[in-house]
Amino acid sequence: MKTQKLILLLCSLPMAVVAHAEGLEKSTLLKPTPDSWPSLNGNYSANRFANLKSINDKNVQNLSLSWTSQVTGGTPTMASGRGNGTVRVGGSPLLVNGVLYFTATDNGWAVDARTGRVLWHYYRESKGDEPVTANKGFGMWGNYLYMITRDNFLVSVDARTGAERWVKSVSDPKQFYFSTMAPMVVENHIIIGTGGDSLDLKGFLQARDPETGEIQWTTYSVPKKGETGFETWPDEYGSLHGGGGPWVQGAYDPETNLYIYGTANPNPVFVGASRKGDDLYTSTMMAVNADTGKIAWHYQVSPHDTHDWDASVSCILIDGTIDGKSRKLVAQASRNGMFIVLDRITGKPVVHVPFIDTITWLKGFDDKGQPIADPSKEPTVGGTLVWPSSGSATNWPPTTFSPQTGLFYVSSDEGYGLFYVSDTDEHPEGWAGIQSRLAPPGPNSIKALDYKTGKLVWRHIWPTGGGFVGMVSTAGNLLFASNGNDLVAFNAANGNILWHAGLIAPPNAPITYMLDGKQYVFTIAGSTLYSFVMNEPAGKSQHTRSQ
Amino acid sequence: MKRKSIERVMRSGIVAAIAGGLLPMHAQQVTLKPTVGANATVAATPQAVQASHEDPVVVGRGSTLYAANCASCHGNTAKGTDLAPDLIRSVLVEDDDKGDKIGPLLKNGHAKGAKSDWTDQQIRDIAAWLRVQVYGAAFRQTYTYVNALVGDPKKGEVYFQKNCASCHSATGDLAGIGGRYDVPGLQFRWLTGGGTRSMRGGTISRGGSMLMDTSSPRVTKSTITITVTLANGQKMEGVPVSITDFNISFRDMTGQFHSIAREGAFPRVVTHNPLQPHEDLLKRVKNDDMHDVTAYLVTLK
Repeated sequence: MKTQKLILLLCSLPMAVVAHAEGLEKSTLLKPTPDSWPSLNGNYSANRFANLKSINDKNVQNLSLSWTSQVTGGTPTMASGRGNGTVRVGGSPLLVNGVLYFTATDNGWAVDARTGRVLWHYYRESKGDEPVTANKGFGMWGNYLYMITRDNFLVSVDARTGAERWVKSVSDPKQFYFSTMAPMVVENHIIIGTGGDSLDLKGFLQARDPETGEIQWTTYSVPKKGETGFETWPDEYGSLHGGGGPWVQGAYDPETNLYIYGTANPNPVFVGASRKGDDLYTSTMMAVNADTGKIAWHYQVSPHDTHDWDASVSCILIDGTIDGKSRKLVAQASRNGMFIVLDRITGKPVVHVPFIDTITWLKGFDDKGQPIADPSKEPTVGGTLVWPSSGSATNWPPTTFSPQTGLFYVSSDEGYGLFYVSDTDEHPEGWAGIQSRLAPPGPNSIKALDYKTGKLVWRHIWPTGGGFVGMVSTAGNLLFASNGNDLVAFNAANGNILWHAGLIAPPNAPITYMLDGKQYVFTIAGSTLYSFVMNEPAGKSQHTRSQ
Repeated sequence: MKRKSIERVMRSGIVAAIAGGLLPMHAQQVTLKPTVGANATVAATPQAVQASHEDPVVVGRGSTLYAANCASCHGNTAKGTDLAPDLIRSVLVEDDDKGDKIGPLLKNGHAKGAKSDWTDQQIRDIAAWLRVQVYGAAFRQTYTYVNALVGDPKKGEVYFQKNCASCHSATGDLAGIGGRYDVPGLQFRWLTGGGTRSMRGGTISRGGSMLMDTSSPRVTKSTITITVTLANGQKMEGVPVSITDFNISFRDMTGQFHSIAREGAFPRVVTHNPLQPHEDLLKRVKNDDMHDVTAYLVTLK
């Protein structure tokens, strides 16, 4: 057995080496170069912080358009009533060797970062009736790209040509599994997640072989009978329908080899009748060994959630100092309105405070420092008013943390929900309830939180618009965010607006990188691409040089 | 009711499906049964039929067949009973295509005393009906409210007099409101003050056809209006089209459209939200009070 493995390893080595030499170097994933954005959130800590300052708080007012371009989705999906060839690129792009790679549901593109020219377009139509929600993006390993499709296939394409290498089934769309997560590449693991709220499916995180797509390990969000955590479910029935599928990419800590991520809400979504107990590991921040999938620690952000408050949102690694001591931390602003900072070696809480103005479900904290929810705020037949709503507080668009300012930036709203039970059976199914999301009385805003305390340092309230937006922060003391219409640059330290540009649609999470010695800011609004660069004095322009 | 912990899994079908490469291995354990389906609320609603893309005529035939041959064991809505498993979250049912997986099972006589002389059309009919049940459970847009009228109208009236009567009257503006909406609709309307409009949190309108309209804006008692003050001291009243940090677009009370860049302190914009008392109330109203007021308003027929 051992010999066999060794032979296989030796056989695969030359190929792997060649692939890495031409495409994305492993070292770039570990230490991204200024001219790359090699993983969804820029680096393994997932902080979306770029150590670039050519564009900065002193000169950003001169940021202007370099080029704009447009992509078109595959026609069959669009012809079936999903939008006339227009797609919305919701996730975040990669930038490797001067090429931008990004996805929309069922679609992927490679675009020349210097001109906006589309180099290739990949399209594969999903089957099934689950809604089209934003695909979050590609993962890259050597010359190969990986994306997950709405109907739960892991697809690998050649980054040079867009040619499909293989397509592997991850979970069954007929059971209403669906997938949107951007794969994360760690060593020789492609880490993906899947789940589904519609019929109460056990979600899971899974690692796949980058060469073959075969399964390496699977970690369910809900334990089996006999496993640790099963005691937080009343019976096997409840756990088998427990939900918790991770759908937002987490972070990776090379020092401990831990992949750290958040899981989704438990199922049935709005009614806990058949799942009395804490329902581990749903709505939980957790860490697994990247080679084995073995759970190292967990912290449940919403024990026994009944409001669709996923913890499947950004998890950002912070190497910080608290009370004079160096700490290895991981932070999350969660859907339930709590800002959580954990020790990422042990999973023990360091900070747990609300980051929204009104939170009506929080009764206190248990002996593990986990929030205790007020049972009287669970959905009822007559309706229950709760702050925040299921989609509120914040959501999946990626947040950012600047080690320079020590601030954690999150887009949030202050909305609330009226939660009804629609399925009164003692074994309800699916969502089992209806949320009437009322007009939010509170404002949408960008908040800058001190990671050491969760204290609000500054806040920008959008007069209208806002919502949940992906962001990027830079060493130039800038934060790029959006009000849902404009790309906006803030002074990262104090929240003053320094620059803005009106776009054609709400933008995705922007990225920034160096190319030919210049810093660019790139974003995609709907299907329109915008590349911004600094205006230069006339004497330095290309035209002058060529004369 | 005595609960039995029977775990009946449609083993043959699932094992065959896995062997045929149809299902990932993790799916094999899904079909445990719920104990009781008596309060199940999923049924072949028109919304569920539409979501499933099944032919309503076929579904109708399937419904009759199901009621006669299956419901006594699997429950009226196929959610399972003490006697037989949930068919809605059955992997076999979910993976079925027009009876291709259900058919062989039914024709084999899958349980003691079960009908086995199914015709191909009957199997397709049953499959269509089951598909509708699955969509009824899975798709939120097909869900319907249980009776949401749970409050005490007498207490509601007391709350109303104390908190609402300064602006509203049961015999004036709210006369007959109880007959105009269903209970959740009425609850939604009185909480929000009749709508979802809010200057905060809404999407930014690009104006659209509204910009072509030069008639005076329709201002009701729930319309948000603004006062815009320019640097030269000029004041304008209007109805906002969009307000951002960079631009204020609105129609003034004569209907004229204005779009003004915002730089520095001017133009100054003050928003008048007549629904502010509702937004304030939302933060203090208790669930019981909310249900009671709804119950009271229902009586205003």
